[in-house]
Amino acid sequence: MPDIDPAFLALPMRRLADAALARARELGVAHADFRFERVRTQDLALRDGRLETTRDGEDVGFAVRVVHDGTWGFAAGVDLTPEAAVRVAEHAVEVATVSRSINSERIELAEEPVYPDVTWVSAYDVDPFTVSDADKIGLLTEWSERLLSADGVDHVDAQLEQVLENKFYADLAGTVTTQQRVRVNPQLTVVAVDRAHGSFETMRTCAPPVGRGWEYLTGTGWDWDAELAQLPEWLAERTKAPSVDAGRYDLVIDPSNLWLVIHESIGHATELDRALGYEAAYAGTSFATFDKLGSLRYGSGVMNVTGDRTVQHGLSTIGYDDEGVQTQTWDIVKDGVLSGFQLDRRMARLKGLGRSNGCAFADSPLHIPLQRMANVSVQPAPDGPSTEELIAGVDRGIFIVGDKSWSIDMQRYNFQFTGQRFFKIENGKLAGQLRDVAYQATTTDFWGSMEAVGGPQTWVLGGAFTCGKAQPGQVAPVSHGAPAALFRGVNVLNTVREAGR
Amino acid sequence: MTPQETVERALALSKADGCVVVANERSETNLRWANNTLTTNGAMRSRQLAVISVVNGAAGAAVGVVARSAVTPDNLEDIVRASEHAAREAGPADDAAPLVEPDESADEWEAPPAETSVAVFGRFAPDLGEAFRVAGSEQRLLFGFAEHVVTTAYVASSTGLRRRWAQPTGRFEINGKSPDFARSAWAGQYTTDFTDIDLGAADAELTRRLGWAERSVELPAGRYETLLPPTSVADLMIYLYISAGARDADEGRTVFSKPGGGTKIGERLSDFPVTLRSDPRAPGLECAPFTAATASFGGLVSVFDNGQPIEATDWIRSGELTNLIRTRSWAAKTGAPPRPIVDNLLLEGQPDGRSAEEMIAATDRGLLLTCLWYIREVDPQTLLLTGLTRDGVYLVEGGEVTAAVNNFRWNESPVDLLARLTEVGRSERCLCREWNDFFTRTAMPTLRVPDFNMSTVSQAF
Repeated sequence: MPDIDPAFLALPMRRLADAALARARELGVAHADFRFERVRTQDLALRDGRLETTRDGEDVGFAVRVVHDGTWGFAAGVDLTPEAAVRVAEHAVEVATVSRSINSERIELAEEPVYPDVTWVSAYDVDPFTVSDADKIGLLTEWSERLLSADGVDHVDAQLEQVLENKFYADLAGTVTTQQRVRVNPQLTVVAVDRAHGSFETMRTCAPPVGRGWEYLTGTGWDWDAELAQLPEWLAERTKAPSVDAGRYDLVIDPSNLWLVIHESIGHATELDRALGYEAAYAGTSFATFDKLGSLRYGSGVMNVTGDRTVQHGLSTIGYDDEGVQTQTWDIVKDGVLSGFQLDRRMARLKGLGRSNGCAFADSPLHIPLQRMANVSVQPAPDGPSTEELIAGVDRGIFIVGDKSWSIDMQRYNFQFTGQRFFKIENGKLAGQLRDVAYQATTTDFWGSMEAVGGPQTWVLGGAFTCGKAQPGQVAPVSHGAPAALFRGVNVLNTVREAGR
Repeated sequence: MTPQETVERALALSKADGCVVVANERSETNLRWANNTLTTNGAMRSRQLAVISVVNGAAGAAVGVVARSAVTPDNLEDIVRASEHAAREAGPADDAAPLVEPDESADEWEAPPAETSVAVFGRFAPDLGEAFRVAGSEQRLLFGFAEHVVTTAYVASSTGLRRRWAQPTGRFEINGKSPDFARSAWAGQYTTDFTDIDLGAADAELTRRLGWAERSVELPAGRYETLLPPTSVADLMIYLYISAGARDADEGRTVFSKPGGGTKIGERLSDFPVTLRSDPRAPGLECAPFTAATASFGGLVSVFDNGQPIEATDWIRSGELTNLIRTRSWAAKTGAPPRPIVDNLLLEGQPDGRSAEEMIAATDRGLLLTCLWYIREVDPQTLLLTGLTRDGVYLVEGGEVTAAVNNFRWNESPVDLLARLTEVGRSERCLCREWNDFFTRTAMPTLRVPDFNMSTVSQAF
């Protein structure tokens, strides 16, 4: 396990925590927590092999959250002195006081064991912030040039996001946690332009963002050489591919596409704050209401979904959440039936569910922690088929690879997705690419049509850096494991026809 | 150190060939509520210093950007050196351009950062408590969000340029629902200080709309005559706007690229005399009159353009595409004028356009929407977007709203809508729904579209 960055440990979080928590206690709070964070980011982007974006950022700050007279109060600041920490604690109590008149639900939190002074670091080999910019830009330039030199590629966009996140948490109960995690998100997109016809096509790499370090770009966890070698051929094939005939098709969906369907139609739908209406005016609610826990038929009997914040290299993975809760793994859908929600301490107490399952997260030292998404993953069938075997079971269908466009309604019923590549399936075999494909379904119909789930050999951990929720808006990184899977009779649209052309 | 002292000291420390320093000071406060009670709140302060170093080389200028929130007299030199080091390692910047020279501005450079605090809700919070009480007694649930953010940007360059801009941004959204959530209505407003928020009026409008929904009818997917209200038009036009980069269009990669090469500038997008424009001095929608950027991105924004004056720009004038967003670097490469992105957007038709109420009264049979939601690009070639309707689709018959209708998933291109619209109403200030996290200053009309593509029914409410 790598060590926590000494530069973070040298910051005065413990002195500030002591000052803020002591002041909160004096002001008579029922609960107070202090969170100190440093988030380092570096974004690089190249256009056609030339550097367009370079930005090295670091946000340091701290927040105090209190429960005072049964009401939340939250305040945050960036001056790293004990005096400023005391003022932020006072502001938090003041915010609670101003808010008291509009609060009608007394805030209480689920019990959690005390962790007196614990440390956790994510699994990675090379902190990307120890690699020189020249090496990083050099690699992205070399990849871009390799793609640009291929036939049919007119433009290449390359980007790399890197994050080193440090969190320190302390509360009045006595829990103190110090944590560090690393994540990277490399993406390359090739573009073919047909000037004469005024048309263009794009195709992006399917390498998922991951909780790994620089090693992810140099051969650990992904075969970049193989994907970059194939991308121009796939793009060229697509530019000549026929447009799809709209209608019902059997779909074999690759994990690189399915992770996003899981995210939208299971991940968000099983967030308890949505089911309780807290997000009703913004992110939305859920068809999976609390009264259906244990009875809602979510999908076919081969559907098994877990939530976790523990899987290695997962983007939501951490040791302790932003309320001091040790992270866990639990069932969300068992044999096709809704069996669990994602919780924070307040909701766990409100619904009498015992301990929180550790989903509180704030994306910045200045934001209030909310229930955010765990790594919500569909489990593979233990002795399940390969992707080729799934395809072999389809007479007329489409094999969909890579995520692209996505949209789903406020209750997580109606969704529409596109992808990076669509291969026609004829009599159990792939028969070239198709263009202009989108698929639409209702969540429970879609998961109900899942006839077969691939084996562990098909399972890939996909994910995103930028899952959005809440007001003020917060973004969270999250992973979703998915096997390849077979769905029968899904509605496929032709996007050119949808545009009225 | 004051922000001004910090930026002056950073410039003095710089050994690069050019240097721009951007200091942002921010204070914000918010209230969020659901089910007639508070859910979260906050009062936050933050600051950030971005040091942008330019190093000239044989192959062109290189740039490094280092942005930090924790800046002290002790670590300032480290930040400046890190920025210079990043520039030396970067290699030539694709968007390199000469740094902006100073111009005459009336900015109050010496003024301290503007601020806000939870006190901005001094009148609003009690009013909200009263609204909860009334809503509870009338079997309605209220949800929503109120936020006030004040940012002050100081932009200073080694060329001698000094600019300051204080930007207040307030947004207020309120959503009313029946206890079973089946009926839902929404209202939203942009504000600079919350003194113009009339909670009683907003709640009355929600009550009126929830009343419309007491009768409901199911309608199938299909193409419908549709009245798109200003909020929905804003969400569509913002997407069009951020897709209107000159470079991507020149490269043949957007809906604004012309077959055979070049862009569609000069082509007619609408037979109606609609004008889509931005103006940093638009009354009530004032925004920064110069560029303040801490990262280049997407061919739309360049750190080399920091401090350049932003003028009023027509993107579409009387139905014709007139300008695309263009950085100074791309302008120099293509011999076209720079057109910086502006933080407000206005769509206007004829000055005698009808009000939304008048447009409803003139509708024989059609749909009236409230909001669009979860808008995503399906096909960049046509700028085909997909999304949902939300918080009230109403059936208009014989000039009156007669019922609420189920929600739909739609697939439409805002560019195509401009070509197909049949009426442009009177423009009014509005808050978009989907993008108000990052774009709040808009004025839009209601649009009448004869054949809006409702692709499938959504069961959601």
